[in-house]
Amino acid sequence: MKTLLIGEYREGKLLDSTYELFGFASQMGSETAMLMVGSESQLPAYGGTLYLADAATCGEYNPDLHKKLILDAVQKENPDYIVFVHSSYGWDLAPRVAASLKVAQVSELIGVVPGGFEVGCCNAKMRRTVKPNGARAVLTIQAGAFPVEQPGGTPQLQKLAASESGTLEFVGYEPAEKKDVDLGKAEIIVSAGRGIGKKDNVPVIAALAKALGGELGASRPVVDAGWVEHSHQVGTTGQTVSPKLYVACGISGAIQHLAGMKKSDFIVAINKDKDAPIGEIADVLVVADVMQFVPALTAKVAR
Amino acid sequence: MKLLVCIKQVPDLESRFKPNAEGVWYNETDLAWRMNEYDEYAVEQAVQLREKLGEGTELTVLSIGSDRVVEAIKKALAMGADNAAHIQDPAAASKDPWQIASIIATYAKDKAFDIIFTGMQSQDRGSAQVGVTVAEQLGIACTTTIVGFEYDSGNIRAKRELEGGIKGIVKMKTPALVTCQMGLNVPRYPTLPNIMKAKKKEIAVIPVADLLKEEALATTASFHPPAKKGGGIVLEGDVGVLVDQLIAILKDKTAVLR
Ligand SMILES: Cc1cc2nc3c(=O)[nH]c(=O)nc-3n(C[C@H](O)[C@H](O)[C@H](O)COP(=O)(O)OP(=O)(O)OC[C@H]3O[C@@H](n4cnc5c(N)ncnc54)[C@H](O)[C@@H]3O)c2cc1C
Ligand SMILES: Nc1ncnc2c1ncn2[C@@H]1O[C@H](COP(=O)(O)O)[C@@H](O)[C@H]1O
Repeated sequence: MKTLLIGEYREGKLLDSTYELFGFASQMGSETAMLMVGSESQLPAYGGTLYLADAATCGEYNPDLHKKLILDAVQKENPDYIVFVHSSYGWDLAPRVAASLKVAQVSELIGVVPGGFEVGCCNAKMRRTVKPNGARAVLTIQAGAFPVEQPGGTPQLQKLAASESGTLEFVGYEPAEKKDVDLGKAEIIVSAGRGIGKKDNVPVIAALAKALGGELGASRPVVDAGWVEHSHQVGTTGQTVSPKLYVACGISGAIQHLAGMKKSDFIVAINKDKDAPIGEIADVLVVADVMQFVPALTAKVAR
Repeated sequence: MKLLVCIKQVPDLESRFKPNAEGVWYNETDLAWRMNEYDEYAVEQAVQLREKLGEGTELTVLSIGSDRVVEAIKKALAMGADNAAHIQDPAAASKDPWQIASIIATYAKDKAFDIIFTGMQSQDRGSAQVGVTVAEQLGIACTTTIVGFEYDSGNIRAKRELEGGIKGIVKMKTPALVTCQMGLNVPRYPTLPNIMKAKKKEIAVIPVADLLKEEALATTASFHPPAKKGGGIVLEGDVGVLVDQLIAILKDKTAVLR
């Protein structure tokens, strides 16, 4: 069995998540080759074959061109699986490669199980086992689901060149918004999720944060709706935090939220849904209506 | 100009999900349904563009599914879409993303849509494949996960959301497809007059057999709950008691309460 791993590179740097691809390949017990649109000055610690195209000429985001490069390498390597990280790069490019090859894509794998690949569904509450119908498939792995593995060594480079410009023009990056709150340093964070119901209820959650001497955090929908400022958002597109205590109020526990807070020392979740996926990582799940429970807790803590 | 927005109806995600008889998807009885959250942003963006372009622009909303999906279609019509295509398929849930995409692409092929809007992913299956695959099958430009969208005479300027809050700015020419991310805009609530007006809008009903030309490329072998990791304490009952229990645990297990 052979996997072609598609490494990732952003703003001139090799992304660490690339090493999770090796973790996946090990679990599969598979031979590997790798492809990256990157730079020779930033090579992964990997002794296998690396198909390398230069990001300076091919662009970091040019899916038409990157697809072509991958299809070339697929011809040469004849891999069983072509594997990406399920990231803004991977979920954008993988379906293009799968469609060109007319093979199945299995998205956001969290595990390898007998009979197929394990993926989450229904907002991470449930799981599916998915099996590609053909021998070859395109896979994307969930960020953080497979161990980071550094194979070590120096790659055997196979340089790829391509000219074709593609249908998209990449204009450039826009930096992340400045944060006026650094949640990364907070020892206690109390976060509001959509389960709080409405903007008027934010002060109730903020009051618990204050009573505990902590900061207010928030899930993305609460930020998108304008209930809480973006600088308080926890998750893949917000901040990554690791406080001593994290209290999730009315937050379901989607992977993108968990990615930002699962390293917290102690996690308390308040949710009326006993099956909410936040329960899988919470040290304590309080099954209750958040708007009844939180004020009662605040009153006792403040006393 | 011709615009298309693809929407999926999904269950309320706060529901309890039980496997169906075949054990490969959820049992659909006793579920409340609504429009896939990401698709609400897609509809809103399409409607905003429709309004900006005014006369001569037509916005079609498409959904594949059983008769219940007409509810979601009606919501999109009430938000401002002009007409709809209901691809009637009681077995939509058993089709893989490749097939769903091919149904949409076959529908769109000879209709010369200038811009197609989809959600970046569905909340129940969440493959994040259908939009991009439609674009590939139609051979048109596509970008994903947009949180910003501008259109001016055949040119799209979109802002893609990347990890850690960084954005990528992309330009492309129509015809093109974009997949919409949460936070792209603020989806409107349909007003009562618009709900009434929507009742008169045309919903073309097309049997899926007319559009389905592809075999599935993947099979779902099983649908099941996660293997519980355990370890965590679950507290249930009277709120007053719960508060005391939690405070006792925090005092015992953490250093944050004394
Ligand atoms: C590319 C990408 C990036 C993303 N980045 C982020 C990110 O950085 N951060 C982030 O948070 N999300 C992010 N998301 C969104 C994420 O997928 C989820 O949609 C989001 O985290 C859900 O927020 P929530 O838990 O507040 O809302 P929901 O998922 O709607 O959950 C609400 C919860 O509240 C509970 N509830 C409802 N009413 C009550 C009540 N009265 N009492 C108690 N509980 C109640 C419900 O049972 C439910 O579990 C991202 C998504 C994508 C695709
Ligand atoms: N049954 C369907 N009918 C119409 N559009 C759909 C359907 N399923 C998926 N889509 C569209 O494709 C997007 C991505 O879905 P998915 O690939 O399933 O995550 C959704 O946000 C919708 O815009």
